[in-house]
Amino acid sequence: MGNVVRQSWYALPSLLRFVLRRLAIGILLCVGVTLVSFSLTQVVPGDPVAASLGDYASSDPATVEAFRQRFGLDKPLPEQYFIYVTNLLQGDFGQSLQTRRPVAADLAQYMSATIELAIVAMTVAMIGGVGLGIIAAVNRDRWPDQVIRVVSLAGVSVPTFWLSLVCLYVFFFQLGWSPGVGRLPPGASGPMTITGLYTIDAMITGNWRVLGQALSHIALPAMVLAIYTIGAITRFTRAAMLEAFDQEYIRAARAKGMPERVVVMRHVLRPALAAIITVSGMAFGRMLGGAVLVESVFSWPGLGEYAYRSALALDLRAIMGVSLVIAAVYILVNLVVDILYAVVDPRIRLG
Amino acid sequence: MRSAWLQPLGIIGAGMLTIIVMLAILAPWIIPFDPNAQAFGRFLPPNGENWFGTDQLGRDIFSRVVHGARVSLPYAAQLVVLSAVIGTILGAIAGYFGGWIDGLIMRAADLVMAFPDIILAMAVVAALGPNLFNAVLAVVIVSWPIYARVVRSMILTLRDEPYVQSSRLLGASSGRALWRDIRPNVAGPVVVLAALEYGHAVLILSGLSFLGLGAQPPTAEWGSMVSEGSKYFDKWWMSVFPGLAILAVVLAANFLGDTLRDAFDPKSTKAFR
Repeated sequence: MGNVVRQSWYALPSLLRFVLRRLAIGILLCVGVTLVSFSLTQVVPGDPVAASLGDYASSDPATVEAFRQRFGLDKPLPEQYFIYVTNLLQGDFGQSLQTRRPVAADLAQYMSATIELAIVAMTVAMIGGVGLGIIAAVNRDRWPDQVIRVVSLAGVSVPTFWLSLVCLYVFFFQLGWSPGVGRLPPGASGPMTITGLYTIDAMITGNWRVLGQALSHIALPAMVLAIYTIGAITRFTRAAMLEAFDQEYIRAARAKGMPERVVVMRHVLRPALAAIITVSGMAFGRMLGGAVLVESVFSWPGLGEYAYRSALALDLRAIMGVSLVIAAVYILVNLVVDILYAVVDPRIRLG
Repeated sequence: MRSAWLQPLGIIGAGMLTIIVMLAILAPWIIPFDPNAQAFGRFLPPNGENWFGTDQLGRDIFSRVVHGARVSLPYAAQLVVLSAVIGTILGAIAGYFGGWIDGLIMRAADLVMAFPDIILAMAVVAALGPNLFNAVLAVVIVSWPIYARVVRSMILTLRDEPYVQSSRLLGASSGRALWRDIRPNVAGPVVVLAALEYGHAVLILSGLSFLGLGAQPPTAEWGSMVSEGSKYFDKWWMSVFPGLAILAVVLAANFLGDTLRDAFDPKSTKAFR
């Protein structure tokens, strides 16, 4: 029986096998993530009911009893975990102390702002990082390489929250180049909601005034958020390209008189690019973390700002909701990246 | 190992770190004023007496920034050492013994790495209660897996080396093999990794304090000083100087760590993190 299963498994195309295996790992990770957030809600010192309901609601015996019933707090831990996951699967993340709304509704509302910010920042970081990395690798150990090394090290060393403040002070307060905090000018109404990304929605509906406002508001926070990732991707691109430069086939390509530009673009950058894509998946996670700091300074109404306000209010359900969603996005992005990698490089599928 | 100490960036990094550590040690004799004394006018811009100006309570910011090194540096050092030790031990156990214990440890590592680190650290601190000790604990929880992964992969190759096998055949216990035969070869890369992680530790710890989840006022901690300064936006000196202090420490640590890594492992593509 096991043999039959084994045979039919290996009869599948290798890419499909890889995708299925990777999908299974992703799902297991998601289950693990809920286990982590469940454990964290268990270690709260003091009364977990008070921690979840807040002082006001937990003074009312009827509310406390209803809460205990709903989350099965009188039942053994495994059963509580089961109830917790069942609730999550039904989109019930609990109630936020702060907004007094379901956490799921808050998450849905704030998610699009973060996605928009992260996409713009990631695009900037990919272009800037890969570009600088190529320049550094081609000029190995000469002055452009040295300068880029210092700049990229500075990029991964600067505290994001501080850089946000400094940029806001200089470009908004002093120079007036940036329109300031938020996604749109105060009082301006957003475009009709289609994707929730203001720039895209404004483009679809042809609302050019809002498009300009949205772009000018997103530019500065996206740039600040990209700085760390630019540094990381630059350094990785350089290292991956230098490794490719050492290969025999590069010498062969040069020996047969291929122009250096073609050697770099076709034979060095292409193999390096697969590795760069993988690292960008990891960098994306770091970027979602950095978004907490950038959004809290720029009053960007996204998940990070929501997490920040919730953390200050010790609004546990809200924080766990944000962590779960961001971890799920991170797992999903890495899943997609791994599959892309396997499509580009067939050797990976066997791993 | 190439001459790591002769690389200009390494020298600059080591020099900066030495100066900063000296400032931290000698702080009580260097700083002109008590960091918590509300001895001056409020919001004084930088001047001859208060080099970095004063804050909303009339405290001398220069004294607070220098004194802040005594908070950030030792806490970051403790958490790097702690997570390096925990990660190394777990990685060694996983790599050497393999089997279910390997699976258990490495899946736990995968799980931690499934979260962006500051998000998980925020969740841990929010659950345990916001203070500096819990912040350090939270960062240890999110940072041990990187050491475990590196050490495990090294142990996997070292375990089957002939010199380790022959000492086992001569009757050495597995513990002795790990400690006497394998440890010396693992120590170098772990130290390099710890140097690279030090800057990151300072960043994430001050980030948590900035968010109000680490050091609490009136502690003169750089992240929370930047946070206080952000409430008085036009008083730029309140946040600029403590932020520069963070930048200086992290930059110095990264200059040094980067040079060390080049020296130990020049072909490394693990430039990420």
